[in-house]
Amino acid sequence: MVDRSEPLLKMPDVALEQARMMLDRARWAAARMQKLDRTAVLRICEAVAKAGHARAQDFAEMAVRETGMGVVAHKVQKNQACSQGILDLYRNEDFISPRIQADRKIVELPRPAGVIFALVPVTNPVATVYFKAMLALMTRNAIILSPHPQAKGVCAEAARVMAEAAKAAGAPDGSIQVIDAPTIPLIEALMGDERIDLIVATGGPAVVKAAYRSGNPAIGVGPGNAPVVVDDSADLKAAAKRIVASKSFDNSILCTNESTVLAFASIADRLLEAMKAEGAHLCTSDQVAKLRALLFTDTGFNTAMIGKDAEVIARAAGFSAPGAKILVTPVDMVQPEEKLVREKLAPVLAFARVPGIDQAISAARSMMRKAGQGHSAVIHSRNEGHILAFAAGVPALRVAVNVGASLGASGFETHLGPSMTIGTGFAGGSSLGENLTPQHLLHFTRIAYNKDSGEAFGNFAGLDPLNLPKRVAAPMSLAVNNSEADLRAELRKIILEELKSVLAA
Amino acid sequence: MFDYGHFQFESKQDLFDKAIKFWNPDKTKFWQSVGVDLVIDRREGYFLYDMSGRRLIDLHLNGGTYNFGHRHPELVETLKGALDYFDMGNHWFPSVARSALSEALIRVSPGMAYAVFGAGGAEAVDIALKSARYATKRRKIVSIIKGYHGHGGLSVATGDERFSKIFLSDQPADFIQVPFNDIGAMEQALSGNDIAALIMETIPATYGFPMPNPGYLQACRDLCTRYGAMYIADEVQTGLMRTGEMWGWQAYGIQPDIMVTAKGLTGGIYPISAALLNEKAGGWLHEDGAAHISTSGGAELGCVVAHKVIEMLQRPQVRANVLTVAEFMRDGMAEMIARHGDVFTGVRQKGVILGLEFGNSGENAVAVSRALYENGVWAIFSSLDKRVLQWKPGALLTADLCQEILDRFDAAMPRARELVHAAKKGN
Repeated sequence: MVDRSEPLLKMPDVALEQARMMLDRARWAAARMQKLDRTAVLRICEAVAKAGHARAQDFAEMAVRETGMGVVAHKVQKNQACSQGILDLYRNEDFISPRIQADRKIVELPRPAGVIFALVPVTNPVATVYFKAMLALMTRNAIILSPHPQAKGVCAEAARVMAEAAKAAGAPDGSIQVIDAPTIPLIEALMGDERIDLIVATGGPAVVKAAYRSGNPAIGVGPGNAPVVVDDSADLKAAAKRIVASKSFDNSILCTNESTVLAFASIADRLLEAMKAEGAHLCTSDQVAKLRALLFTDTGFNTAMIGKDAEVIARAAGFSAPGAKILVTPVDMVQPEEKLVREKLAPVLAFARVPGIDQAISAARSMMRKAGQGHSAVIHSRNEGHILAFAAGVPALRVAVNVGASLGASGFETHLGPSMTIGTGFAGGSSLGENLTPQHLLHFTRIAYNKDSGEAFGNFAGLDPLNLPKRVAAPMSLAVNNSEADLRAELRKIILEELKSVLAA
Repeated sequence: MFDYGHFQFESKQDLFDKAIKFWNPDKTKFWQSVGVDLVIDRREGYFLYDMSGRRLIDLHLNGGTYNFGHRHPELVETLKGALDYFDMGNHWFPSVARSALSEALIRVSPGMAYAVFGAGGAEAVDIALKSARYATKRRKIVSIIKGYHGHGGLSVATGDERFSKIFLSDQPADFIQVPFNDIGAMEQALSGNDIAALIMETIPATYGFPMPNPGYLQACRDLCTRYGAMYIADEVQTGLMRTGEMWGWQAYGIQPDIMVTAKGLTGGIYPISAALLNEKAGGWLHEDGAAHISTSGGAELGCVVAHKVIEMLQRPQVRANVLTVAEFMRDGMAEMIARHGDVFTGVRQKGVILGLEFGNSGENAVAVSRALYENGVWAIFSSLDKRVLQWKPGALLTADLCQEILDRFDAAMPRARELVHAAKKGN
């Protein structure tokens, strides 16, 4: 047999065709989900959260093994927070029943988006699968998860566990589906499909741009690059502890992680000492140069170093930092041309000294000019004037205060709403300016009464569109086999015609 | 002016005139007499477009031919790909496409050993009957009254006499017919130990899909075994996942000796049919493989398309869709009966095969068919039981379209009521 690279017959792309069938299956699921009441939805969400929570450890291990990124213990924490944690947080919020606003004479009926196509990044694969699936189910949406190719194994498995739990708890077939073998052409082709109602794109700028280009409604997010101001009013020990813990959390692969500390010069040395006590390795200028060369290639951040341990990165750079949780690289200039102040999804933290709050703000603005617009910023301070000036001056849509950036800006340790999808707003190329929460996956039909006080608002209390009294059509008089009624009708017609002719005459 | 490049028609009426003059006067006039002036022009997915441009949702599907919809893009692409390499082929020789399709069919058909191809269902039925005769060395065939197996020389003799007597092709001595769902009659017919085969549509389509009673098919199978007859499952309308399983006989848990498939096997873009034979029934393939010859039977282009259909049918999404559509129709029709029970009286269903009953006698389904036609849905009455409407949703119907179908059905019922009423009065 002759060896050929191309088959003799040109046949359809089965992976694409099968994925299209998944869209139809999801449309069915979405249609059927919308008929579920709150009790049924909660039952499903509980089962799914439980199933996800039970496998949090396994999937954390699998994710680290498959992607080579992050820290198992921290991933366990995220997986738990994105399954049971999400359920507990939103359990008492009602995304299903009508909302009556008597004072505005408005009733809002929640209308789920329908079919959500969710892109899952390589950095937080399982947590994102969990998070998006939970949000979708809570709001009665069907979801198709499209994992990053480098995390497809663990994502597919995690999605299957959730899908099976959902189905066993009464969710319609196809409520949660996953693309087993994602490729860029496949995903691009699917994203433009009209059977998708909403794309939720968490990932790199290329994939987010593709989502917005698709022509379908999309929520995409931009990259982070969080400045961290520590002023002279901050509790330095606490700040140091939070910064090191956050920067080392899952080796910095949450996009909200700290990029660059902007420390008031007056406290900078004391802050550095406190950070060292928490496990930070302060790099020499030679080490800083080595790290700069290692981490930034001509095409951007060295992806091989994403989410790696600090010790591993140090070794790769050519020095050793035994026991270090993070590597701190002092920089003189906070401008985009200093590569180390760019986004680093790795436990490497740039450190700069600023004379005061105004310079801190301009430095933060400078570093975010290249990347991080609309994303996150942090300030450790007890000075409300500083906090307000900073928040008003930096192009971030969330400014976390006295908390680590990783879990603070992402809403787990603040009240922003825990999220694996951080809206970066218009400046950050996104339609969403908040942390993605269930409410973003819904719209509402609004029943709106006449404002005129003469027109009374109806009493909708206790009424549920899913459970209205049966509307039975009034029986028609044209029943078959009813010759007597026919005869009467015929007679009536004749009499009427007679009458008409008499009257006309 | 309708310009098709190679031929033109001045108007739809021009087409009707020519159809009457050159093609089939009775058929052409019949549809006009029942208010269905359909000439299918463009077609796509589950939509048909009349020459007038009017869109109809197809729930007739030509007996499941368009199970995947009209011109399914994946099948069209497959056929186009095949055309760049193959033509019909030469039936004398082994061929890659026929071998590949045979293997694919046998793999999804437990108990079967060989695939023999024809160009249409009737030819495959003739092959099945001949194979049974060869294997049993008996001549007689039993079938069901109002059963339907096509119009070949043998197959027509198994069916309703409307189709055989006119051509003097009824063969009552060798072709015995018994009532459906009557085990006693079946045993009586088989007990002479002289029957070659019982041929049975798993659910008789043209009879309006009456459902086999629980245990009936198994009893028939057992009687065949006891009296040395072969059981032939005609799966032309019940196969290819329409019952939720690949073959209808699997849904009923019985094992035929021979089965026949056609129509949807190539999604309506290339004709092909197959008789699948167990080892015994395939005996003649060892003795004289050229005993049945068909130039276009098993044409390689059709084989490639059918192979694709079999692959698609095995996708989990397809099975899930069939089950979902079946459930939707079950619930939707129950609601329609609740609303329109005065005319719409019952449903028979297995998977996406449904018969909708309109009354206990008469020809109400003809009127209902017309009312639906006027409301943008094409579904045909059962020609051998005209109070039953054949309701055949496609395997790949979407949620949105199913809802539209139900909404249109609901909207059509007042008109159906009116037409039924008028017909009653006319009688």
